[in-house]
Amino acid sequence: MERNLFDEEHDAFRATVRQFMAKEVVPHMPEWEAAGMAPRELFKKTAQIGINGLQVPEEFGGAGVDSFLFNTIVFEEIGYAAASLGGLQVHLNTVLPYFLEYANDEQKARWFPGFADGDLVASIAMTEPGTGSDLAGMTTTAVRDGDDYILNGAKTFITGGINADLVIVVARTGRDGEDRRKGLSLLVVESGMEGFVRGRNLDKLGLKSSDTAELLFDHVRVPARNVLGTEGGAFALLTSNLAQERLSIAITAQATATAALNLAIDYVRQRKVFGRRVADFQNTKFVLADCATELEAAQALVDRAVTGLDAGTLTPADAAKVKLFATETQARVVDRCLQLHGGYGYMREYPISRLYADARVTRIFGGTSEVMKSVISKSLAL
Amino acid sequence: MKTLRIVVCVKYVPDATCDRRFADDLTVDRDDLDGLLSELDEYAVEQALQIKEAVDDAEVTVVTVGPEDALGALSKALSMGGDKAVHVEDDDLHGSDVLGTSSVLARAIEHTGYDLVLCGMASTDGGMGVLPSILAERLGVPQLTQLSELTVKDGVVTARRDGDLASEQLRASLPAVVSVTDRSGEARYPSFKGIMAAKKKPVETLDLSDLGIAADEVGLAAAWTKVDEAAQRPPRTVGTILADDGSGGRQLADFLAGRRLV
Ligand SMILES: Cc1cc2nc3c(=O)[nH]c(=O)nc-3n(C[C@H](O)[C@H](O)[C@H](O)COP(=O)(O)OP(=O)(O)OC[C@H]3O[C@@H](n4cnc5c(N)ncnc54)[C@H](O)[C@@H]3O)c2cc1C
Ligand SMILES: Cc1cc2nc3c(=O)[nH]c(=O)nc-3n(C[C@H](O)[C@H](O)[C@H](O)COP(=O)(O)OP(=O)(O)OC[C@H]3O[C@@H](n4cnc5c(N)ncnc54)[C@H](O)[C@@H]3O)c2cc1C
Repeated sequence: MERNLFDEEHDAFRATVRQFMAKEVVPHMPEWEAAGMAPRELFKKTAQIGINGLQVPEEFGGAGVDSFLFNTIVFEEIGYAAASLGGLQVHLNTVLPYFLEYANDEQKARWFPGFADGDLVASIAMTEPGTGSDLAGMTTTAVRDGDDYILNGAKTFITGGINADLVIVVARTGRDGEDRRKGLSLLVVESGMEGFVRGRNLDKLGLKSSDTAELLFDHVRVPARNVLGTEGGAFALLTSNLAQERLSIAITAQATATAALNLAIDYVRQRKVFGRRVADFQNTKFVLADCATELEAAQALVDRAVTGLDAGTLTPADAAKVKLFATETQARVVDRCLQLHGGYGYMREYPISRLYADARVTRIFGGTSEVMKSVISKSLAL
Repeated sequence: MKTLRIVVCVKYVPDATCDRRFADDLTVDRDDLDGLLSELDEYAVEQALQIKEAVDDAEVTVVTVGPEDALGALSKALSMGGDKAVHVEDDDLHGSDVLGTSSVLARAIEHTGYDLVLCGMASTDGGMGVLPSILAERLGVPQLTQLSELTVKDGVVTARRDGDLASEQLRASLPAVVSVTDRSGEARYPSFKGIMAAKKKPVETLDLSDLGIAADEVGLAAAWTKVDEAAQRPPRTVGTILADDGSGGRQLADFLAGRRLV
């Protein structure tokens, strides 16, 4: 169905991103997957075409766009190309909003020009070896010492953690009675700070072109001027951006599932078995018709959510529904599209196998499907 | 007036990845075809922008002769960094050949005013590669074609043309027409800011009467080339499959030799 979110400027920007992906990303995917990450220089190139600076205010060299539609286009095009750039996605869609919303003037002047021109890319470190879904249970601590905080703890599964120049670390700076949600703060740790150690680039099932790291903080002295937002108020800050973060995952899920459908369509038209094209079997037609229908439904939901995000009406429960639906749809669609490839679909040289492996995690990160269901059920006031 | 007026000729061509068909008059059927800025012309735009960036007071005008949708090619060139655009559009242009197109372009360029005209090495659809030369003749100015490098200084364009056996150093005084190859340097991508800025840049639309050209000087009827017949390329047939029974290398060599490919 025709989508009605975009106008001419969006289409022109999409054309640029598509051309960029085809030339600068797709040919390098095998190499980057083997290396376990995309090179840092790529984010300078994406900055040149204006991707990094989209939402950075104009006074700092960005474009000052409020709308999320241009980000949507970027990550749709990455998905349609059957590629993935996790570090960039987390930087732009998850981390940057915290800076945009909570950085004070001094912090803006210090970091925003680098965000716009690609000199700075940031990650966010919430998850710890012992705590993921249960964020409030984290054990990383930051203790005030004069003008600094002394940060101690370990984080894991941090997207972009190897490449990142800045990492927002969520740490406990205090306790406030029984409420575990109080007393968490956001500290911006910079590359090169003493005691900040990057561990392994973790060996994942999929998403192999993005780095996912363990990070260790051993008595890292973080200046108090690197605290983002109010001390002790991080939990509220973290939940305030969840809608966009989850929608962003849904957008990528939808785009990569669409890519899977297109790959399957191309494949079944060419592949011959029993003297016929795979496309000629009624089963193939029905399977692909189902996929196309489910994708249409998920797209309608995603598009409505993007509009809602721009309008400021998308609630955390709405976003949870969209993430749940889009990622579960992606899983079904990609699985069936791989099936139609037969054994070739299981070979890494076929992009469908990459999409299959990449798809598995979208039901886990950014909050698991089960966590989405708890968020949604809370909104039902049961 | 700017001291260096650069005009870039850009062509709007059908997307080569789409299926193409012929219309009843044996011209390319452009209805329902997605079009875009001819990729080879992006190199010309890039060189124009680099020249502009190297001098203080230059201006880049992009010009196209083409249907209504050709505005898309102009928009892209403007979003890369061109300053203004000229679009020659007229129903009577339909079916123009390279002679017709070049005379229209020449008039449009004279109308705009120019010191340096830049073209691509060939369009990605027609691909004749002769338009720049004909254009230079029509304008009565020197031509330097198929360049892989050029600089402009003090009213002189200095350039290098790389042939198979030799590289030539060339020079011409302005005004001049030049064409550049795909080895002249990667074209930039339109940036987000470029795209937004392009919206506000002036586009002048001209028809044949604005340029003082009579309808019967151009179009299919006036074309020097006449297409008598056109046929769709037959679908690709399955290639020869050689079974490797131990003599695979020899079979392959024989196959290639049989087609005089080795
Ligand atoms: C590739 C990748 C990238 C990531 N990137 C980042 C990043 O950049 N930054 C970051 O901070 N984190 C990141 N994460 C971490 C991610 O957000 C967590 O893995 C996720 O939130 C789940 O936490 P966990 O792994 O600790 O699972 P657990 O919380 O241990 O969950 C285990 C199982 O228990 C279920 N479960 C948990 N709670 C409930 C409940 N209340 N009711 C029912 N079932 C429940 C879960 O759904 C799951 O099935 C990333 C993870 C991956 C895999
Ligand atoms: C209104 C219109 C309708 C046409 N209809 C048809 C049609 O129906 N069927 C068909 O086959 N052809 C059609 N043509 C194409 C026309 O025949 C070619 O534009 C002309 O022959 C140039 O030849 P070429 O593309 O081989 O140029 P080349 O010599 O290969 O091009 C070299 C360079 O010249 C410049 N250039 C070429 N053409 C243009 C242009 N139009 N505007 C600006 N710069 C240009 C570019 O810089 C290009 O890189 C049409 C053209 C026009 C203007």
